[in-house]
Amino acid sequence: MRAGVIVFPGSNCDRDIAVALEQSTGKPTTMIWHQDTDLPSDLDLIAVPGGFSYGDYLRCGAMAAHSPIMREVKRRADQGTRVLAVCNGFQVITEAGLLPGVLMRNKDLRFICRDVHLKVEDSQSAFTAKYKVGDVIRVPIAHAEGNYFADAEILKELESEGRVAFRYCNDEGEVTDAANPNGSRNNIAGIFNKSRTVLGMMPHPERLADKKLGGNDGRAMFDALVETLA
Amino acid sequence: MNHSSSKRITPEDIKTHGLSEDEYKKVLEVLGGREPNMVELGIFSVMWSEHCSYKSSKKWLKTLPTTAPWVICGPGENAGVIDIGDGLAAIFKMESHNHPSFIEPYQGAATGVGGILRDVFTMGARPIANMNALRFGDPKHPKTKHLVSGVVAGISGYGNCVGVPTVGGEVNFHSSYNGNILVNAMTVGLAQQDKIFYSAAAGAGNPVVYVGSKTGRDGIHGATMASAEFDANSDEKRPTVQVGDPFTEKLLIEACMELMATDAIQSIQDMGAAGLTSSSFEMASKGGMGVELNMNAVPQREEGMTPYEMMLSESQERMLIILKPGKEDLARKIFEKWELDFAVIGHLTDTGRMVLKFNGETVCDLPIDPLAQASPEYDRPWLASTKLPVIAAGDVKNVPWRDALKTLMSCPDIASRRWVWEQYDHMVMTDTAQRPGGDAAVVRIHGSNRALAISTDCTPRYVKADPHEGGKQAVAETWRNITAVGARPLAITDNLNFGNPQKPEIMGQIVEAIQGIGDACIALDYPVISGNVSLYNETDGTPILPTPAIGGVGLLDNLDHMTTLAFKAEGEAILLVGEKEDAGWLGQSLYLREVCGEEKGAPPPVDLAHERKVGDFVRGLIHSGKVTACHDLSDGGLVVALTEMALAGKLGCRLENVAGHAALFGEDQGRYIVTVKASDAIAILQAMKDAGLPAKQIGAVGGSTIFLAGESVELDALRKLHEGWFPTYMATAS
Repeated sequence: MRAGVIVFPGSNCDRDIAVALEQSTGKPTTMIWHQDTDLPSDLDLIAVPGGFSYGDYLRCGAMAAHSPIMREVKRRADQGTRVLAVCNGFQVITEAGLLPGVLMRNKDLRFICRDVHLKVEDSQSAFTAKYKVGDVIRVPIAHAEGNYFADAEILKELESEGRVAFRYCNDEGEVTDAANPNGSRNNIAGIFNKSRTVLGMMPHPERLADKKLGGNDGRAMFDALVETLA
Repeated sequence: MNHSSSKRITPEDIKTHGLSEDEYKKVLEVLGGREPNMVELGIFSVMWSEHCSYKSSKKWLKTLPTTAPWVICGPGENAGVIDIGDGLAAIFKMESHNHPSFIEPYQGAATGVGGILRDVFTMGARPIANMNALRFGDPKHPKTKHLVSGVVAGISGYGNCVGVPTVGGEVNFHSSYNGNILVNAMTVGLAQQDKIFYSAAAGAGNPVVYVGSKTGRDGIHGATMASAEFDANSDEKRPTVQVGDPFTEKLLIEACMELMATDAIQSIQDMGAAGLTSSSFEMASKGGMGVELNMNAVPQREEGMTPYEMMLSESQERMLIILKPGKEDLARKIFEKWELDFAVIGHLTDTGRMVLKFNGETVCDLPIDPLAQASPEYDRPWLASTKLPVIAAGDVKNVPWRDALKTLMSCPDIASRRWVWEQYDHMVMTDTAQRPGGDAAVVRIHGSNRALAISTDCTPRYVKADPHEGGKQAVAETWRNITAVGARPLAITDNLNFGNPQKPEIMGQIVEAIQGIGDACIALDYPVISGNVSLYNETDGTPILPTPAIGGVGLLDNLDHMTTLAFKAEGEAILLVGEKEDAGWLGQSLYLREVCGEEKGAPPPVDLAHERKVGDFVRGLIHSGKVTACHDLSDGGLVVALTEMALAGKLGCRLENVAGHAALFGEDQGRYIVTVKASDAIAILQAMKDAGLPAKQIGAVGGSTIFLAGESVELDALRKLHEGWFPTYMATAS
């Protein structure tokens, strides 16, 4: 699998996701500058990393969504190239229209950095193939604007098409208000596009993909991508 | 030189620039009798401010031990540098941003983080960890909540955006900080030893380059403000607080790292306190050079700025670079890629003078050396502190242990700081091996199985009661915390926060605390490699508790040896190591303050030889793989430490061989709790005995309570108390 990571000014999880990808692929990851207009032709996965692209000025992800490289990212995504967008990356691709909905300020208005539990809702995608539906995984969040919002119609569509990838839950897998760290509708932590080739999620799978850091539930996502896309 | 634009200096000008009459006489001497113009007066004012010149503390700072075989660069540069093996260096420093943070907590704290980051990456190090040491007033004081909220948000807003994890720190509350909070920020960076950049300018004719943000009118006279006491009108100084932009800082880090990978930089320094003035003077002075700058070339945010404003502005996210000849285009390209300002604003000369031109006229012509190096140095009168009586345990009320424990676990100085550190991104860079909440933060050296351990500590109530012992204790506690995670302590940075040094009793605190710090550094082979002094921390004549915050850094050669404080398994033996026969020190303890309502007595003494012996043994035991959990004993004493271990491990303990308030809550120094497999306990106790260390088994891990002498407290109840205080306090309307 050949993976590329988009780097915007202000991205700061670009190296982190590259490290996690390289751990699973055994190959170097290509770093792609936001002002580039082309992507390598043989890319299997485009990662849009976390951080504060353009300082989160104007609105999180709003400016990065108009970076030159994003036109090409959208084109590739339309052709079926897998896109993994984490945290600020998720904000960027919702702003770019690759996924529906928006990420609003957390319900208590503060930045939150902590491990959360996620209930796996789908195991049919290239991202989630190594999880089982109902698995509870532990992955950190680190954001101030992760409160997923979409109108009733979109939520209905996402739910009926099984496009919710992960939901915030407690350590026993119960999807409760208390386990919802940011106020997201339906406890949504991550969603797919219609073809399940684009995944946007607020939690950071790359942050717990190494036992030395206290857990590796996130690693299965990178391993699954390698197995599926190898 | 043209003086037409400058009016004559009045006594009022001298006063508002914070210079004493004697200092102004010295100004005239430096200028050979000529009067300075306003630009020059402004430059003298910031360069000779306490903040930039260390004029009251220099004499005593010189006594600190600053060398060791592993020290590459001690105090005097932007940050200190130590050898951590494999061709790598750790570069770190702690710095205060107290006065701005009180006036405007969000921006004050944010720019404090920004400033210390620049001190570290200007030396070629990629920042890998931020820490902080925060002191606020009485929680009941009407301003405290607002200040806590603003400072934490400022640190979070800046640190999270630049993408450097904030991995730990400390937060204390005390009424002495009601009018003068302390915000001390520390950054640790990693560099290749052959790629360290220094600030001494060299090479007449070399271009002087300005990069980063544009210069605005913010922060003018910040260094002078930070060198004066506060009064009721201090809010009027809000315009002197700088405004930070972490996004620009992030770009600046990346651009500087990219330039540093080339061979273009001769020397580099950030523009911190006193901005362009101190950076240009310090670089030129260290290299014995002169500088000529064209003020018209300085990138400006606002129209109509004067040279006076440009030289004194403390606008953030700016660096000054001396390039090697012919490297301008290469450097310019990199900064343009990152969309940052880049301007050649002058060149080095061999005149030893600072010459500033503006609109073709010379607006400043000063000799650099007398200013930067011959700044005033005072031997201020000081009073030795009065020794306080040792409080006998028998004279302290013996409150039932369960009640005392509940009070302590939920008191502001011990309650969980989760509310604070969950607002800091402590995991970005994916090398945080031990997160906040333990004895020391542990950050892996990227791409290796080695790690740095970092801890910031100070117990101001001890320092107030006995500055010498308190100074020792602050150093020893960082050393102990670093040891408790299994690392080898290597060096410290000190951030000395005190009141007005012109008061002999305050000067006495400074002198004795520095002596205590020095004693501990020598005994523990743990030199000071960088630091910062913040004086005049007083409001309306009331000083803060003397607070020499210490930031320690240690090395874990093998990350697999890292220990945490969490209890690991039922049945494991709990050993108390390092407790002397006559233990049970309640003077200045939190038990005395929080449970009995008294702040009195001498603080616990620090026996440095004992400290070293116990710590070295514990570290060796950790490296042998026999230790399953380790925690140092500090605030609140034994039972508080055990409760912290139990809460972290979600496992209780059953205690024996300990009784009485002095044993349970005394704050004797040089002690650790370790847990080991029950089957190893006898052999380990014997080994400790053979090594001459006091040690005993005081119980076993297990159950869901803290159980002692037939009584128990549920962990769930303790967790609620411990975790509850901070969020409840912050959520309650004041």
